[in-house]
Amino acid sequence: MSDVTIPQPTRPWQRKRREQVRSGATFVAMAILAFAVVLFTGFAGFDGWAIVLFIISAIVLFIKGRKLSKKERKNALIQLLIASAATLAFLPWLSIFASVAMKGLAGFRINFITSDMRTTVPDDEMNMGGALHAIVGSFMMVIIASIITLPLGILSGVYLTEIKGRFTFLVRFVIQSMSGVPSIVAGLFVFTTYVSATHGPTAFGGALALGILMLPTVARTSEEVLKLVPEELRSAGYALGARQWRTTLMVVLPTVRSGLTTVAVLGVARVIGETAPLLLTAGSSTALRFNPVNGPIASLPIYVFGLLQIGTEYAVNRAWTGALVLMIFVFGLFITARKIGGKDKR
Amino acid sequence: MKVSLGTQRIESERTVMSNTSAVLDTPEQGFAGLETRGVHAWFGNHHALSDVSLQFPARTVTGLIGPSGCGKSTFLRLLNRMHEFIPSAAMAGEVLLHGQDIYGEDVDAAAIRLKVGMVFQKPNPFPAMTIRENVVSGLKLAHIKIENEDDLVENCLSRAGLWKEVKDRLGASGGSLSGGQQQRLCIARSLAVEPEVLLMDEPCSALDPGSTLRIEETIKELAEKITVVIVTHNMQQASRVSDYCAFFLSDGGPGVLVEADQTRKMFTNPNDNRTADYVQGKFG
Repeated sequence: MSDVTIPQPTRPWQRKRREQVRSGATFVAMAILAFAVVLFTGFAGFDGWAIVLFIISAIVLFIKGRKLSKKERKNALIQLLIASAATLAFLPWLSIFASVAMKGLAGFRINFITSDMRTTVPDDEMNMGGALHAIVGSFMMVIIASIITLPLGILSGVYLTEIKGRFTFLVRFVIQSMSGVPSIVAGLFVFTTYVSATHGPTAFGGALALGILMLPTVARTSEEVLKLVPEELRSAGYALGARQWRTTLMVVLPTVRSGLTTVAVLGVARVIGETAPLLLTAGSSTALRFNPVNGPIASLPIYVFGLLQIGTEYAVNRAWTGALVLMIFVFGLFITARKIGGKDKR
Repeated sequence: MKVSLGTQRIESERTVMSNTSAVLDTPEQGFAGLETRGVHAWFGNHHALSDVSLQFPARTVTGLIGPSGCGKSTFLRLLNRMHEFIPSAAMAGEVLLHGQDIYGEDVDAAAIRLKVGMVFQKPNPFPAMTIRENVVSGLKLAHIKIENEDDLVENCLSRAGLWKEVKDRLGASGGSLSGGQQQRLCIARSLAVEPEVLLMDEPCSALDPGSTLRIEETIKELAEKITVVIVTHNMQQASRVSDYCAFFLSDGGPGVLVEADQTRKMFTNPNDNRTADYVQGKFG
């Protein structure tokens, strides 16, 4: 083997680096040109820039198109249309993200995640007080809700795909109608059955309301995930003399472990931003608390909601920073899900 | 290094494996136009196939043999650019079709696959199409005009040895056929686009002996018109259907081409001891 020089692995089917750089440079040049047009003509703002960029790319495509074959021209035209459509769909997201990030970062000080609002009033400077109590409250409620809901939801999925019992239709029907329940109704339900029957709003009450909202998401997505397990794997388990529950536990569920992790994250992401049910069931607080069954507790959405209602300059700044923190958490959740989900895929 | 059949060859058990390459001389038939030169394949960092140079004579059947994991299928998929569908895949070397590198710049992979067809291990007729639609699907997919559809369907199904069995139910779903019939339908489907080369990746390994026999007959008839490259694990099959054989082996490292020659010679008097051991069933 020693006398064979092993050549460099290549990927001839990919576009050459040179071409990628060239098309990237063309795009940057067009973007700058469009910016210049916006500066010196009647077109204004981001929208104007985007329109000018679109027109410029169309012109460039037209000029280049004379050198290309018919097929390549068609390809380039459709590429431009798809890229424009994608940008159009992407813009609202970008706009939300950018405004939250800019306004939120402006008021962010490190104390925002290390202290609570016990000794601070909303009008104080941004270097006082913070949202630690709301962060802890949100996490506590989401964790309790997950502990209640994930087993129930995944077991519903198992019932629908593995056991396929007599009540399959009923279970599926209930899950579907539950996913249509308005969040305030879930809050009201927990308020009348639990909160008003005990000592008023608590973290546990909030978690129950969140759990009701999480359950249909978790059950439906875990059913979808479990459907992906090939029938051959179940057969293989049964053919080894395993009982159904052993097969489910040791073959089916581990096969979709990453999928179920995604299910959990999706469920959490579904409820972490919920505000309405928490108004009724968890209440609000300015102090860091850890007891889930005694006394009202703060959460990030309620924190943002409350400060926005006050409406003074520093309160609104705090609200934006709270929204940013909430958004970062949801982002972090999705990235974690991707990481875990990608791990055992081949 | 290229070794031609008939030229002297070092008879040594310790032949450097990846150094071996072969040209199949076919004075009576001429050169197919399909040739590989120093082809390597990678999956990520895993070097799967090393330095394979091989020519495929026109209108013959070449069998690729060797134990599992020696890179036969990888090599086959390199021949019609199916290799690149695996995200981590990379390659080196040249695959020439009529002297043109199919991995060259501005080569349309889809056009190459139209010329170099493929039949897979598991029969995969399109389940949503009827038998007739399956046969003409390649032309429909590639926007090729069909002059006389009835003749084409009959011709392809006959060449695939399926016409008599299905001529009265061309409107039935492709999935309603038996496994062996489905595989022959897949062969008919690949023939409809008139490929110059047909690649077959263990086409009989999921089939019963009767169907296998029918497909082997089909392969022999096909070789009157086109070049066939077939991967097989079955030594008897290789000796039955192929005119030439190429033996691949991996000693834990990348798979290499140990030897390629006329099938008769490979099975009776191979140059390399490892080939002899393999074809006699001593390992693999």
